[in-house]
Formats: sequence, C-alpha cells, structure tokens
Amino acid sequence: MSAADFSTFAELFPHETVTHSYVRDIALPATPGTSSPGTFALVTLDNGLDHSKPTTLGPNTLVELGAVLEGLKERAARGEIVGVGVTGKPYFLVAGADLSAVKSLEKREHGLWMAQLGHDVYATLANLGVPSFAFINGVALGGGLEIALQSTYRTVSTGAGSLALPEAALGLVPGWGGVYILPRLIGPEAAVKVMIENPLGNNRTLNGPEAFRLGIADALFEPADFLEQSLAWAARVITGEVVPERANAVDPADPGVAGRWSAAVAAGRTVVEAKTSNASPAPARVLDILEANRTMSQAESAALECETLAGLMQTDEFRATVYAFLDLVQKRSKRPAGAPDRKLARPVTKVGVVGAGLMASQLALLFARQLKVPVVMTDIDQARVDKGVGYVHAEVDKLLAKKRISQDAANRTKALVTGSVSKEAFADADFVIEAVFEELNVKKQVFAEVEAIVRPDCILATNTSSLSVTAMAADLEHPERLVGFHFFNPVAVMPLLEIVRAPRTDDAVLATAFELARGLKKTAVLVKDAPAFVVNRILLRLMGEVTAAFDEGTPADVADTALRPMGLPMTPFTLGAMVGLPVAQHVQESLNAAFGDRFAVSANLKKLIDNGVKALWSPAADGSQEIPESTLSLMSFGTSPSTGDDVLRRVQDALAEEIGLMLDEGVVAGPEDIDLCMILGAGWPMFLGGITPYLDRVGASERVNGRRFLAPGIASGPSVSVSANPASQEPVNS
Amino acid sequence: MSHHGSSGNPRTVRDVVFVDGVRTPFGRAGEKGIYAGTRADDLMVKCIRELLRRNPSLPAERVDEVAVAATTQTGDQGLTLGRTAALLAGLPRSVPGFAIDRMCAGAMTAVTTTASGIGFGAYDVVIAGGVEHMGNHPMGSGADPNPRFMSERLVDPAALNMGNTAENLHDRFPAITKDRTDAYAVASQDKLAAAYGNGQIQPDLVPVATLKQGEGWTLNSVDEPPRPGTTLEDLAALRTPFRAHGRVTAGNAAGLNDGATAALLASSEAAAELGLPVKMRLVSYAYAGVEPEVMGIGPVPATEKALKNAGLSIDDIGLFEINEAFAVQVLSFLDHFGISDDDPRVNRYGGAIAVGHPLASSGVRLMNQLARQFQEDPSVRYGITTMCIGLGMGATVIWENPRHSEYTGYSGATGTTARQHADAATEGAAA
Repeated sequence: MSAADFSTFAELFPHETVTHSYVRDIALPATPGTSSPGTFALVTLDNGLDHSKPTTLGPNTLVELGAVLEGLKERAARGEIVGVGVTGKPYFLVAGADLSAVKSLEKREHGLWMAQLGHDVYATLANLGVPSFAFINGVALGGGLEIALQSTYRTVSTGAGSLALPEAALGLVPGWGGVYILPRLIGPEAAVKVMIENPLGNNRTLNGPEAFRLGIADALFEPADFLEQSLAWAARVITGEVVPERANAVDPADPGVAGRWSAAVAAGRTVVEAKTSNASPAPARVLDILEANRTMSQAESAALECETLAGLMQTDEFRATVYAFLDLVQKRSKRPAGAPDRKLARPVTKVGVVGAGLMASQLALLFARQLKVPVVMTDIDQARVDKGVGYVHAEVDKLLAKKRISQDAANRTKALVTGSVSKEAFADADFVIEAVFEELNVKKQVFAEVEAIVRPDCILATNTSSLSVTAMAADLEHPERLVGFHFFNPVAVMPLLEIVRAPRTDDAVLATAFELARGLKKTAVLVKDAPAFVVNRILLRLMGEVTAAFDEGTPADVADTALRPMGLPMTPFTLGAMVGLPVAQHVQESLNAAFGDRFAVSANLKKLIDNGVKALWSPAADGSQEIPESTLSLMSFGTSPSTGDDVLRRVQDALAEEIGLMLDEGVVAGPEDIDLCMILGAGWPMFLGGITPYLDRVGASERVNGRRFLAPGIASGPSVSVSANPASQEPVNS
Repeated sequence: MSHHGSSGNPRTVRDVVFVDGVRTPFGRAGEKGIYAGTRADDLMVKCIRELLRRNPSLPAERVDEVAVAATTQTGDQGLTLGRTAALLAGLPRSVPGFAIDRMCAGAMTAVTTTASGIGFGAYDVVIAGGVEHMGNHPMGSGADPNPRFMSERLVDPAALNMGNTAENLHDRFPAITKDRTDAYAVASQDKLAAAYGNGQIQPDLVPVATLKQGEGWTLNSVDEPPRPGTTLEDLAALRTPFRAHGRVTAGNAAGLNDGATAALLASSEAAAELGLPVKMRLVSYAYAGVEPEVMGIGPVPATEKALKNAGLSIDDIGLFEINEAFAVQVLSFLDHFGISDDDPRVNRYGGAIAVGHPLASSGVRLMNQLARQFQEDPSVRYGITTMCIGLGMGATVIWENPRHSEYTGYSGATGTTARQHADAATEGAAA
C-alpha cells in the first residue's frame, strides 16, 4: 500500500486543517574527529497557524506525510540522504489525531481506513532504509507521540510538556503502533502507566525530562538550541559515535518478561475497574491488545490495532468523549453561554469573606492565591476568625512544604489574608461573598449588615447551594448587585463554578462574576436561580431514586451497584457519606419543598442522621463492606425490591425527566451546559458525555420526554439505534 | 608586560586573554534572508551557549559579566541585551549583564570594556559580544538626530549616511580609485572562498536552526552573504547608489546583514586556574574620533594611539584584521601606513565585503579570525583588529600570539588547543 491509495478516503475531509510536511535538506554538522555524515532530510509538521491552533493528524495530513516519507525512502535508496528527522512547529510535535475528523467517520470501514492509513504512513517512517529521528520539541499526544515511537531514535526538549498516549480516556487505543512499541521500549509496567494510569488519572501527561527518564526518548536537550543539538546528536548517532542505551527496553521473548508483562496487564485491569467500573470499552481494549501482542509480530499487532480502532471509532462512548472533550471542556468552557460582555466587568481589588468556617477559609485561600488581592474574613468572635485565618496560613505552609509555591509567594499569600470581628473591614471591598450557615434569614441578615458598610457598587455574592438567591436579594437596597457563586468541594480542586443570576442581577455584576471565575481558574456556567441549581439537583435526584429503591426493599448492594454500567466516580451511598448525610438531606428537603415527590425525603436517612450515623457502609472484617446491624436496625423497609436493571432504568428515566424539566425551566442555556456541569462539578465521565448523550444513547430521553437532548451526530453516531434494554449497554467484557 | 597578580592591594594590572570566540553564520538582511523571522536575541543566545559548550572546564557561575552590543537597542535587541541573553542562555541568575553601543564597534567595545574590568580586577571571566539584525532593525531606524547637528552645522547631514562618507573619503584621497576598490572587493570574495575551502571559517560558526512559514525548519551553518566568483566586470556593472557616477557600490562595500558574535575573555590567572585555552593576549586598545564626514579614516588615528599605548610600531604588526565597511576605507588605512592593497598580512580570510557586517557584532568576528591566524602562524607575534565607526570614530585592539616563541605568559591548556587545532583542520576538510 501507499499513502496515495487513501487519497479518495482523504477527499471525504475537504475542510480538514491540514498539517503540512515540509522537507528541508540539511548538511549534518561535522563532529570533531569525524567527517560530515552527509545530507539529512528534516520534515517539519506545520499547519501554518499560531500556537493556539495545534497541529493534528487528519486523513489529508497523513496522506501528505506518507507521500513525503515515501519520497524520502526512495532518496535513501539512491544514497542521497543518510537520515530523516521529524519535528514540529514551535510548541508542538503533533497534538495527535484530528478528533473532529475521526468522530465524523460514519462507517466502520472509514475508521478502518483511518487506522490503516496511519499504520501505512508510520511503517514507511520506521522502514526508510536510513535511521529516522523524532525531535520532540513540544506537545506530542496520541498519534503525535506514536510518530516519535515509530522513529528509530528520539530526542526530547526539557521544555516539552503534554507528552502522552491519552487514547484510553478518549475511547480509543494507542493503535498506530504505540501499544506495541511502548512496552518493548520502556517495559510493560511503565507502558501501562503511560497508556492506562495516566489517561484515567485525570489525563496526566509527561514532560520532557520524565519521558527521557522513562526511556521514551534517547536524549534530552534544552529548548534554547534544542533542534541544533538534536541534529548534532543525530549526526553522532549516524556516524556511530553515539549509541543510545535503552536500559528499560525489554525483549518479550525473554522468559522473565512474560511474567512482568501479564502482571502489568493485570495491574492495569485493576486500575481500569477502579476508575471506570469497566463502563467504557476502550481501556480494556488497550490491555487486551497489550496482553495479546507480547507474542505477536508488529504486523500482527497492527492488524489487531486497526480492527480495534475501527470498532471503537463507531462507539457512542468515543463520540460522547470527543463531544465532552472538544466541544465542552475545550470550547464551551472558554465561552460561557449567556455571559455578558467582558468589558462590563469591574475590577476586584479587595475581597471580603463573611464567615471563617471551613468553606469560608477555602474561599479566602482561593481568592488570595489566584487573584492576589487582599482578602478579609469576618466572623462573630476572635476565636473563629483566628481559626479561619490559621487554616489559610496552614494550607499555605503545606503548599510551601510541597514546594508548590516559593517562600516569597507563601509570604505574600499569608499577608493577603486577614481577619476581623467587624464587618467594617469590608468598607473598601469590591466583592464580598458569604459562606455562613445555610439558612435564608441568617444570610439575609448578613447581607443587610454588609450592605450598611460597603460601597454602593460593591458586589455581593452568596455561596449557597440550595437557597433562593432571589429571596436573599429581596430586601437589599441594591438587589442588582447580588449574584450566586456556587463552588464545589474541595474548592481548590473542583473546576466548576455555578454563577447564579437572580432576576434583578445586573449585567456588570454578572460580567464581573465571570471575570472573577476566570481569574480563579474556574469554569463558570451561568444558571438561573432555581433550587439547587444544576449539579446538586441532578445528584440528589439520582441519590433520591436509589435511596427510594433501597427504602422499598431493594438490597443495599443491588441498589448501590445498580449504576455501575454508568461508570460514575463513586456509588450513590458512598457519595452520600462523602457529602455528609445531613447536608445531603438538607438539600433534598429544599428540593422536596420546591418540587414535591420527585425529591422524596427518606425517613430511613433521617433516622440515621438523628442517630449520628455518618455512612451506610462500614468496612467488614473480610475487607469488603457491609451495613452494620446497628444501622440496619434503625431503618424499616418496604416489600417491593427492584433488580439492579430496574434501578438503573429508574435512575435513567428520572434523570431524563429532571433534565428535561430543567431545560424547560431555562435553568441553563442548553443540555451542553448540563453536561459541562456534571463533568466538571461531579466528575462524571466523558464517555457518558456528561450525562445527556448517555440518556439519549440508552433511550431514556425518548422514553420520558419523547425526544433526544442532542441531535444525532453531536455526541453519537449519525444514525441512531436505541436499545430498549439498558443492560445491553454494558460493555462486552464486564 | 604588565604585572601579574590579584586584585588585592597593592593594585596591579592583570593580563587579559582571549579564550575563545564564536559567531552565527551571517545572513542577508531582509525578507529573503536566512534570519527573516528569527529574533536577534535568539541569535545571541546560540553564541553564548556554544561558548560554554566548547569550554566545559568553565563553570557557568564563574562568568562575571555578559556585555552585549547592538546599535539599535529596541524590540528584540532591547531590554538590556547582556542580561536578557544571559537569562535566555540559561546562565545562572547570579551572572549579570549589560547592553553596550558604539555602533559598528559595539562588540569590540564590549570586549575592551570588560577586558578593562578584568585588568582592573573586577572580573575574572566575561562574555562579550554583539548582535545586529539589520532586517529587524534597519540602520538608524528609530533614531531622532538632534536638529542642532544641522542648524549649527555640527555634522554634515550627509555624514549620517555611511555610503556618503565613503564617497567623501574618495574625494579626500583621489588616489583611491574605483578600480582599486573593486579589485580589493574581488580579492576579499576570493580570499573568503579560499578560507572556506580550507575550513578556516567554519570551526567558529554556531549552526542556527530557523523556521520559515511554508518551508519548515532548516539549519544554517554557513554564511549567506558571500558571492564567490565575483569578477571585476560584475562589480563594474553595479549602481553607485550614494552619488550619481560615484564610486561606492554594493559590491565594494559590506552589505546589510544579520548575525551575532560572542567571545570569552579571562584574566590570565583565571584561564590558568580553569584550564582554559588562550588564543590571544590583549596588548592595548584605543578609540579615536575623526570628522564624521569621513568616518572611514577612523582606524588610522585609533591604530596610531593603540600602537603608542603598546610601545609598538606598525612594523611590529604581522597580521591585520580590518573591518571592510567600505573598500575605500580599508585602502585609506593601507595607504596611510604604506601597506600594499594585496599585502598578505591583511584580511587573509577576506573581510566584511564578502562575509557581511552585522554592525555591532563584527568586532568579535575580526578577533576570531585573527586568533585562528595566530594558531596557524606562530611566527607572528602581534596582530591588530581595527574598524571604522559611524559619526567619525575608529577602534583598534592589538593582540599578542601566545604561540610565538617570545610569548612569556600563560598560553593555555596545550592539549586542548592542540586538539581544537586538529579539529579545525578535519572539519575544514569535511566542508
């Protein structure tokens, strides 16, 4: 095959942003004591756009690269060149496959062609007849890193970041040779870390020095003259003066390696189970291929990789992931729907925090660290104030001890956070946020006091999770200045901020809130003032349904594991214990008051709270978990147990109903915002697309609302085939 | 000879040695040039890093100063180049730096100023160099000459254009004809081509990778300006842009160029302590002013002053590296000292007419070439590097060859220099 054979396929993508392959002949630098090794062909991958537009590998890009490499192979055969290098435009080797293009592949055979095209091109690179070198100058993700792996030798810049094979998290496999080459190059354990643990661990990536230490690259050079030094090194390799050592490389035929290989695969499967409950097919496929290819030739593995990729590219898990990753996290999060013109925002040079409890202290730390403006906390007595400020200072010291910040930064942040028992300290604040007890009258009282002190244009914000912002603003002298600012716990970690617009909140206040969110490095989603806003409303509807099934007599383990096919980060009962049963119950009661029976308040849960029980599950003697008799005896159950499938379907339908209602109420601008909230605020998996693509996929939206949330093709295949049986959505291998 | 010793009291003057020098290949300024789209400060950084790589026995923290010259100190040549280049090159933050300007003699002034600091005991080791990206910074861009220059006739406005001053020099010295300057220019091209063929230029070049839109990365490892094979006929056909029917053309003058240079200097003691090679010892230097309208004559009084400072005569000088801003300016110097146009002691590797003249960087190029000629010819004891400077100045530095039999100072880690010498020959053969 030749890359040109795929030209017709590539023509299906007339709008691809092509990354071109430019070739320049270079006279390799002579090294002391040797003669010049000869002419070296350097390929630069460049889409001609600036660093905000990463280079990617689409079908047209690959066809061009393939043709270029085939030309170089001919030149190598004629003895015109002694080596070939591949590098990228500044900051990128290549950011990976063009996901938009791959997501749009309508037929399985198209996916197969895409996979085969990549292998065809990379095989040319690996078999040029002269050594090939990848000079990893910057980002190298997925297919980008695989270009490097397919080269004979690799150098990497100490300034390069975002080196990874993230396919498992995207719903694919590193199937352009990565899954075959990497374990042989760096050992199976490290390969599993790179291909499984890192992608499933919040998409962790490697930097240049880490990649070098793992053995992914043969040489490490500094950015200031990375390419010059890489070329000089390549010259020394070609002359034989330098022979790269690969201490971590393994030979799968080595008897000792087989055991390491299977142990690494088994360890990987444990990680996949823990992180995804095997709810997405891709991670297991990575391990399946890895397991199988130990005894395979590279060509045999390549065939398996292509077949696997072709299958995965047609899965809705993959398409939902691309929707979640590209459309939501990459794009929509940067341009929040409904945010007013940024120019209306007012500067925030001092922040007040009412309260000095745990939430308030976390907020004070966040504002001081990210905005670098003075933050003053108030509370009713000096002891509470001291405790809050002390918490912040202790957290700063922890960051300093971990070398996350410098001594100077620690000093600065500590100095920024002060406390006072008097709200007079807010007199010159631009933004005052309350984090006091979750009780409307308390909050109204606080704001009345604050308003008596602050300037008329000082913005007031509430961190309420369940109260009406509208009601809070009712008696304010300037109701237009109140905005909801709902963070998620732990504040420093969770990336979501729900910004709540009350009916009278004005545009300048809202614009300032969005600019603040940007300054705080949070993704803000605009929500209407509705009970519990987005994330908590959906989580509590889910927990309420599972708890109800439990209360009706469904066995605890059946109820609590029923949602396993969704691959949520934790089970409903575990989530309840983590949030705190009283907190969850409090929000549930608010929702019940607002919406009635859709949010049932569990009598059993109330008994547990009344008796100080903090969690349903306790560790059992054998390491599993159980509900202690003392807990069980507090509760009473109905006599209509459900199966796990029943519970799953009940939750799917409940979520479809609730989200349908939320969209009807105009809580957010569209289902995309719901999905963004669930991904960033609750850590729901991208292979669910947040949640609405999943509900469309399993038919819940059609069943309950008579229509899908998202049109076919947005987060799913273009033609829809809905399965009536939710159990059939379980991955084949689980 | 000066007294050797430390900077402690009683104060003594220390010997300053030229340890090593490198430069980027020079490029033609403008959109088609090899450095179009490349930053000047990046060119400087490549030189500094190469110096440190070539001299591994020098701990980077022992560099006491980084002086970098540029004629236009804005944009990518702004922000105190010596300090920014040091930081960008990865030198320790404890290493200071500054920017310096004396137009064409910028790098030369960076060398002499820091050398004086070494002699005085303020520094042990310094990096001095210069850069000019004339594509990014056309000559005189951004300058705002004081109107008093004109109103009080302090300087003929024509003197602000270097080409005009070269024509003025022809007026002053009618014996220097266009035929002579063109012949000199052809010889410059021929000598550079021969030096390239002998591998005498390449060893001190730092390859620079550059990226051009739509073309990809390439590696620049040779000078772009030379036009080998240039003939008298070729030159006769060129316009005289500064004066109708004049004598100065693009062919008998240096072009507009981009490039950077850097040298490593040390006290003789520090060189010995650190095992650094010694390519040259600084004997004396001088700067002198002349009428701005004939700035090209500047090297004459500067050289006379430097010779006087050194207690030497022109007959003691065995090698001349004179910057070729204009052929007429070189010939006016040679005529003054009674040296023939084709004297083999003068610009053996050719000069700026062939290789280019990125203004503030050129001084160190002259030193690199003199140092290599010293290595090749131990019979020569003294050589000079000299250049003319806009607004009417000249600069001259006199150097001593540590390989000469009568040299008494520390002459470097012999093994190292011998090896470098051998490398040079090999690399030349390869090129």
